[in-house]
Amino acid sequence: MTRFPTMFILNSVAVLCFLYLPVAVLIVLSFNDSQMGVTWQGFSLRWYDKLFHNPAFLDAMINSLIIALASTGMSLLLGVGTAIGMERLRGRAVSFINMGLVLPLVIPEILLGVALLMMFVLIRMPLGFLTIMLGHGVFSLPLTIVIIRARLRKLDPTWEDAARDLGADSWRVLTHVTLPLLKPAIVGAALLAFTVSLDDFVVTFFVAGPGSTTLPLKVFSMIKTGMTPEINALSALLVLVSILGVGCSWCYQQRVGRYAEKRLL
Amino acid sequence: MAHPGRDHLPGSRRIVNRLLPIQSPFPIRVALLLSLLFWGICFLLPLALMFLVSLISRGPYGGLEWTWTGENYVRLADPLVIGIFLKSFLYASGTTIVCALLGFPLAYCIARSSRAWQQWLLVLVMIPFWTNFLVRTYAWVLIFRADGVINGFVKFLGWTGDPIPLLFTDFSVFVGLVYGYLPFMVLPLVAALERISIHLEEAARDLCATRFRMFWHVVIPLSKPGWVAGAVLVFIPSLGAFITPYLLGGGQSLMIGTLIQQEFLVARDWPFGAALSFGLMGTILVLWGWLGRKSTEQAAG
Repeated sequence: MTRFPTMFILNSVAVLCFLYLPVAVLIVLSFNDSQMGVTWQGFSLRWYDKLFHNPAFLDAMINSLIIALASTGMSLLLGVGTAIGMERLRGRAVSFINMGLVLPLVIPEILLGVALLMMFVLIRMPLGFLTIMLGHGVFSLPLTIVIIRARLRKLDPTWEDAARDLGADSWRVLTHVTLPLLKPAIVGAALLAFTVSLDDFVVTFFVAGPGSTTLPLKVFSMIKTGMTPEINALSALLVLVSILGVGCSWCYQQRVGRYAEKRLL
Repeated sequence: MAHPGRDHLPGSRRIVNRLLPIQSPFPIRVALLLSLLFWGICFLLPLALMFLVSLISRGPYGGLEWTWTGENYVRLADPLVIGIFLKSFLYASGTTIVCALLGFPLAYCIARSSRAWQQWLLVLVMIPFWTNFLVRTYAWVLIFRADGVINGFVKFLGWTGDPIPLLFTDFSVFVGLVYGYLPFMVLPLVAALERISIHLEEAARDLCATRFRMFWHVVIPLSKPGWVAGAVLVFIPSLGAFITPYLLGGGQSLMIGTLIQQEFLVARDWPFGAALSFGLMGTILVLWGWLGRKSTEQAAG
């Protein structure tokens, strides 16, 4: 490959190593038998064993899943409709909504976290599952809308026109043409919203209450109260989950993205 | 066009029709309306309340006292606070520059690879990006600790002195920030570089430009949208970073994010915390507006 300067290739390899060094360290250390430090004392699965017998960890995992499912469901329910509706809006309304959409994604998360905390406390809403779910919705809903709108803009409008010419009313066009064409984007948005909710620490940290500890909060408290290799095992598991997540969504996009139009026929 | 039966719609439906007069099915309009409502209640309202709180004073026991004052904003001018703002600015700018320098060659290689390679490389960049931010930052704690990977390696090489202090230094915070936000620079750059026709590069080379001149005069200016997007995506979150300075900086290295968290959860001085938050948000919005205007000016010119 003569197109790339050698320097570029070397640099890229170095950057990729830099990106994967911490991930590799986590995974390797999670199998280390040693109680403290990083010296290798033999392969062991005992930290995983300990982790899976830790009820607090299992609770946190269930909490995380419930919250991620709920906030993803809400984002999809509102986001898909909003994205489709926005396509029909004209003029200033669209740029206004666009601006509003981007803002929660642009400002640092800590601002969202403290602002939500303050509001929930001022309106006397008890901190817990509901507040975390709403907090995650603030960024996963805009994410969903942005992803689905990107796909909508690429859709060929003749599909919908054809359906209308064949006598479909607007509801039928929506359920039989637009939504099936959007399916890859909807799945992609769902995966992203789910992962983002599962991973979120900062907003959750501020709006969580007693009894609603999520996995990242659990990791954080484990780091603060003294580092046991259990955290390494948990972290390695989280890395594995995200690798699976990226892999699945990638394979899905590869397979379905190209054939969505063909399936309609 | 008269809509059959429109006048017989129930009252609630008529209101939605009036508010969003668009030719789409009813559930779509409801979703749009609910999204706006959600955005208003869970985004706009908290910010508005935060602004109100930033204008009142703190009660004797950490509560709120509803008397109006501008004192919280005056306290922003405290040299200590200004110092923390400047330091965060320095960190964020440094992070952006280093991310750009490290990210550009990788982005270029990805953008100019064959299709199969490109897919693989993008997945490789995405995986750490999708991994929990807290976990990724914690991994650096393992690497930098006194009994961590680097010190272990140095000892293995024969170092007998005290462990090198790495964790809780400016260096560790900086590495953590670069690591955390690097993908945000690479991905927009790839998108921008892909759009540049390879023929332009070939033309430059045919006209006897050196490789350096080709990059400097053709590739870098043409990929400007990617640079701008990447810089925004790296600079803003690193300016407001919280996890990285908290875990890797310890108590020594305060940034705006950690200061805000302290005011809210430790000092329980909400009005001042709110003023700090607005200081940060104002800074970001001004910068964002300035960058946005600059790039549209450039596009027009």
